[in-house]
Amino acid sequence: MDSSRRRILQLLGVSALALTTKPVFNAFAKEAVSAEAESVIKAGAQALKAKQWAMVIDTRKFKSEADLQPLVEACHRIHNVPRLQNKRHEIKWIWGTRYHNAFPGKAAQFVAESVEHRPFLVLCNHCENPPCVRACPTKATFKRESDGIVLMDFHRCIGCRFCMAACPFGARSFNYRDPRPFIAETNKEFPTRMKGVVEKCNFCAERLAVGRLPACVEASRGALSFGDLYDSESKVRKLIKTNYTIRRKQTLGTEPSVYYIV
Amino acid sequence: MLELAIKGGKKYYGWMTFLAVIVGIGFLIYLKQLDFGLGITGLSRDTSWGFYIANFTFLVGVAAGGVMVVLPYYLHDYKAFGKVTILGEFLAIASVIMCVTFILVDLGQPMRVLNVFLYPTPNSVLFWDTVVLNGYLFLNIIIGWNVLEAERNGVHYQKWLKPLIYLSIPWAISIHTVTAYLYCGLPGRGFWMTAILAPRFLSSAFAAGPALLILCCLIIRRVSSFDPGREQIQSLAKIVAYAICVNVFFFLCEVFVAFYSNIPEHMDHLKYLFVGLHGHGAYVPWMWASFILMIIGIILTVVPHTRKNEGVLAAACVVIFLGTWIDKGLGMIAGGFTPSPLHEINEYIPSLPEIGIALGVWAMGFLILTVLFKIAVSVKEEVRG
Repeated sequence: MDSSRRRILQLLGVSALALTTKPVFNAFAKEAVSAEAESVIKAGAQALKAKQWAMVIDTRKFKSEADLQPLVEACHRIHNVPRLQNKRHEIKWIWGTRYHNAFPGKAAQFVAESVEHRPFLVLCNHCENPPCVRACPTKATFKRESDGIVLMDFHRCIGCRFCMAACPFGARSFNYRDPRPFIAETNKEFPTRMKGVVEKCNFCAERLAVGRLPACVEASRGALSFGDLYDSESKVRKLIKTNYTIRRKQTLGTEPSVYYIV
Repeated sequence: MLELAIKGGKKYYGWMTFLAVIVGIGFLIYLKQLDFGLGITGLSRDTSWGFYIANFTFLVGVAAGGVMVVLPYYLHDYKAFGKVTILGEFLAIASVIMCVTFILVDLGQPMRVLNVFLYPTPNSVLFWDTVVLNGYLFLNIIIGWNVLEAERNGVHYQKWLKPLIYLSIPWAISIHTVTAYLYCGLPGRGFWMTAILAPRFLSSAFAAGPALLILCCLIIRRVSSFDPGREQIQSLAKIVAYAICVNVFFFLCEVFVAFYSNIPEHMDHLKYLFVGLHGHGAYVPWMWASFILMIIGIILTVVPHTRKNEGVLAAACVVIFLGTWIDKGLGMIAGGFTPSPLHEINEYIPSLPEIGIALGVWAMGFLILTVLFKIAVSVKEEVRG
């Protein structure tokens, strides 16, 4: 009696194991035939392309926090970034801060007055060696090989927030609650997010795909420039060539793609 | 053997009911968190990990601490520990289950957790942490259960278990090493970026785990006819004594490096924790309490006179368990996030619902631990008859 019950349980266990191997075999079976049938995402005719998108911010053109507002507004409006009252739940893709916050390692006791009072725009640096991508356990955040943008798959993110701990720039936000009731006017052309996922600046990948520059660049009236870091004729390369630029926490080796003219 | 778990007296069932009620309350609060989101915790944009992850880290240590009875018995043939290895293995099982649960309640989208296996990502330490934790859980279940069953049947355990037992020893080290790597490989987090983090985690683990085990042994002796043994408890106490000394030594090494090098990025977190930074110092009393508790623990376990007195030893174990819990379960995570990468200070204080859920997880762990220990002790009573 006892041994037959054990036998049945063993059989059940083995059958359950056998059932779970089916998807694995399926995966192998699919590999052989689907090589040419795989879907391809084609770039649009107008799409802007680069090896590594980069941004140059001419901080001299911003005098006060108010000068940054239109840029932040433009970004947060089109990307459905909610405005949450509770500071702990705050979500931001791009925002203004002080010099010693943007560049904590470079803040001397005595700094030029203009620099000290000037607002500094901060956002995701779309690093060439992004630590957040290294940390993500599901590849929900990834570096797009075609143009170097660090992107998020909001549907794959499990909300473990390892990427937030890994980012040395505080560029990432987490949806601590459902963000949708806090979006003033929803832009139907960009997804809203659900609670429990991480989000951040995407260098306006959705605009580049249709031939438009990032919203903040467009709203900056020339203070922000955008282009290919590996094209020596690009606007950003020319600016880097002719101006002294700095990057945030360069010593960490993440190779940020956002340059600042101070 | 499972039937042994339901053959208990009134006290046993009373204790189980008490734990089950706490689990139930924790679960109800968790349902609230599932509905609202992690916004019901004290977490923020700056401190994105808190109480859950801190308790997870501490419990990985307790789980790894189980190896301190397995290693001397199987590797050094220290026979006395044969009596208590099963307790170490079962403690590891309960602790790892708590760890996994703490990770689950910390996720923003827990229903997507299988994405970790659906899209395996070897470059992520979290992926490896999932692998080693689950592996350690299964190893201990297989080893613990089979060895105990063999003991009950009066036979030697199966031969194929031996390699698994040997494997479980380095595996225990690996779970806490990988957990430390979650933190110490992150650029721009000066507090964690220290090669000594994994050794430090292990030293506190080998103090906290065996300390809890000693307390369990003392309780088991009271509530059952099985005596884990005075020699066993004294040997464990010596392990605790060495480990807590090493832990404090490692911590002082950190303090020296941070302050002699005078690098702000490394000093600021320690300053925030121990003296407060820019007027913020919620953790100052806790951190000093932790340090003082660990020092008291050292004195009580190192001095032979106090160590040999089991009443004092019990107090020392409580003190060490609390001290290491505050150090790792409270300061380690919050301290690493404050100040933030933009050098701002937004203090993290765990919220009441957050603490409630955490208590629920702890209660669940102790419920499992009680069931497992009940089985183990019943078998031991049976065998010694």
